[in-house]
Amino acid sequence: MLEDKDRIFQNLYNDFGADLTSAKQRGDWQDTKEICGKGREWIINEIKASELRGRGGAGFPTGLKWSFAPKEVGSRPHYLVINADESEPGTCKDRDILRFEPHKLIEGCLIASYAVNAHKCYIYIRGEYFNEGQKLQTAIDEAYKDGLLGKNSAGTDWELDIYIHYGAGAYICGEETALLESIEGKKGQPRLKPPFPALIGLYGCPTIINNVETISVVPTILRRGGKWFSSLGRPKNTGSKIYCISGNVNNPCNVEEEMGIPLKELIEKHAGGVIGGWDNLKAVIPGGSSMPLLPKETCETIKMDFDACVENKTGLGTAGIVVINKDQDIIKCMARIARFYKHESCGQCTPCREGSGWMWRMLERMAKGEATRDEVDMLLDVTKQIEGHTICAFGEGSSWPVQGLIRNFKEEIIERNKFDPIVKKQKDIPYLVDQHLLEKENA
Amino acid sequence: MAVKKISKMQPEKFEFSKKNKETADSIIKNYPSGKQQSAVMALLYLAQKQNDNWIPLSAMKYIAKYLDMPYIKVYEVATFYSMYNLTPVGKYFFQVCTTTPCMLRGAYNLVDVCKRKISEEENRLSEDGKTSWLEVECLGACVNAPMLQLNEDYYEDLDPTKLEQIIDKISNDEVPQPGSYRGRLSSEPENTRKTLIGNKNA
Repeated sequence: MLEDKDRIFQNLYNDFGADLTSAKQRGDWQDTKEICGKGREWIINEIKASELRGRGGAGFPTGLKWSFAPKEVGSRPHYLVINADESEPGTCKDRDILRFEPHKLIEGCLIASYAVNAHKCYIYIRGEYFNEGQKLQTAIDEAYKDGLLGKNSAGTDWELDIYIHYGAGAYICGEETALLESIEGKKGQPRLKPPFPALIGLYGCPTIINNVETISVVPTILRRGGKWFSSLGRPKNTGSKIYCISGNVNNPCNVEEEMGIPLKELIEKHAGGVIGGWDNLKAVIPGGSSMPLLPKETCETIKMDFDACVENKTGLGTAGIVVINKDQDIIKCMARIARFYKHESCGQCTPCREGSGWMWRMLERMAKGEATRDEVDMLLDVTKQIEGHTICAFGEGSSWPVQGLIRNFKEEIIERNKFDPIVKKQKDIPYLVDQHLLEKENA
Repeated sequence: MAVKKISKMQPEKFEFSKKNKETADSIIKNYPSGKQQSAVMALLYLAQKQNDNWIPLSAMKYIAKYLDMPYIKVYEVATFYSMYNLTPVGKYFFQVCTTTPCMLRGAYNLVDVCKRKISEEENRLSEDGKTSWLEVECLGACVNAPMLQLNEDYYEDLDPTKLEQIIDKISNDEVPQPGSYRGRLSSEPENTRKTLIGNKNA
């Protein structure tokens, strides 16, 4: 278990208050000038050495992303955009950072802006987080007043302005290019990549987009050194991470832990165990609703980091752990997730727009036991036709949970949906699908 | 994709109040010159707040002129995002999250309470005309499930009895205290906190 002194978010549970004075007491805004004084190269190299991977779901190395920004500012200004459009079911970590640790985020924005040559930073907060946005705005105002932002931010001689842009309830705007479209005042439909936002992003200018948690850990990494951060966890999966444990556990909670902590320890120790005991566990969604679920056997041993999850055919995603116990109907749970994706599809690519609805309707019927047994394979086929055939990763996000369900609980679905349209005795003529209509009472 | 219905009752005219005009102008200044279209989302939200929590077509036309952009582009934005109400909703607008993490902890029991105490159908005003409710997708407070959003505030860790009390208070025009209804201050584990122990009484 991570020691308390190594936890980055000391105020995760709001023991101290989020204002600037108490943030400074916790070490925020210390030596910001000296850190920036060491230069861009040093900052980016230190982040590379820390092996920090993006906390927004995809796990892209942050240092590498920053190095994609053009070294010199040309005719187009650079932008830094912070993705606080947290809408993945099961995830609520950014909310706590916004309301309890806003100064970590703001300081991170300053350092990151300096590293990527940006003078303007937009923080895109989902519209529902109105109160959290207000708290962040208060913190930004405090920082301006204290000279930590503005013309000569924190004495670094770097000019930075931070603006908040509220979303209005669209999950897809968490996708980075959809988020840019949304800031530009259009509907949030993802763009084709390439060109990547690092070269052509917001208003056609070079733009670096990072998740709230990624940016918030940057100041602490630079203060304590990339080596310290990479000493936690294991290579390529370093550092600490906020895990959100929700669903059928006794004490749902957010907790900052070391990367690679066993899933069982997270659930048993921090979240007070599964409701009804560990044996009552049915499945766990490890990384927000887009990631395939894990059956109980895998949950016994799996360690929660990017690579270990991929080895188990799932993903760490945002580390939003949803625990499902045996009192729940697993097919119904997945049908509800499919409904979420059907509702949130932006409608741009046909496979996703149509397919997400098909998946939802089929799963609803399967939950009621009204589907035929052949439809299980048909459903799997539908997911395969969505996955990889869309502009953004929403196609994968919507089809993976369904694939995970079929992979792990196929027998249970078939058990409930035994109905076979082909009359058994004439099954040797497979091309006659409507055989049951030939029988007298059905005719 | 969500289906959005446009209200049949449309007011003829819409104009920002003086205060909202000032707010709108200061929001436009957040974006580079010539990129005032970026402010459309914030302005629609302002219009919604000014107009009893819903956006009439005249407001979209007004905003289109205000930002010097085509009306259809404003219409696209207003119909795309789910937080813009294009039909009148109650003065107290309950949005119950029912996505899987909340559903696992009994969000549909809250929906039943809403059906019983507010109105049988989503988006239909209650008998006293003050409240309406809607089932929404993940509101991002999964650790504090089940929860709902009442206007701008989150009400967390609910159960059917507590929701009934909230609705009763609302019908007397009292706004109940937002936040957790099991006494939690944040998303810390109840009773068994294992981390940041030294801070606990700080």
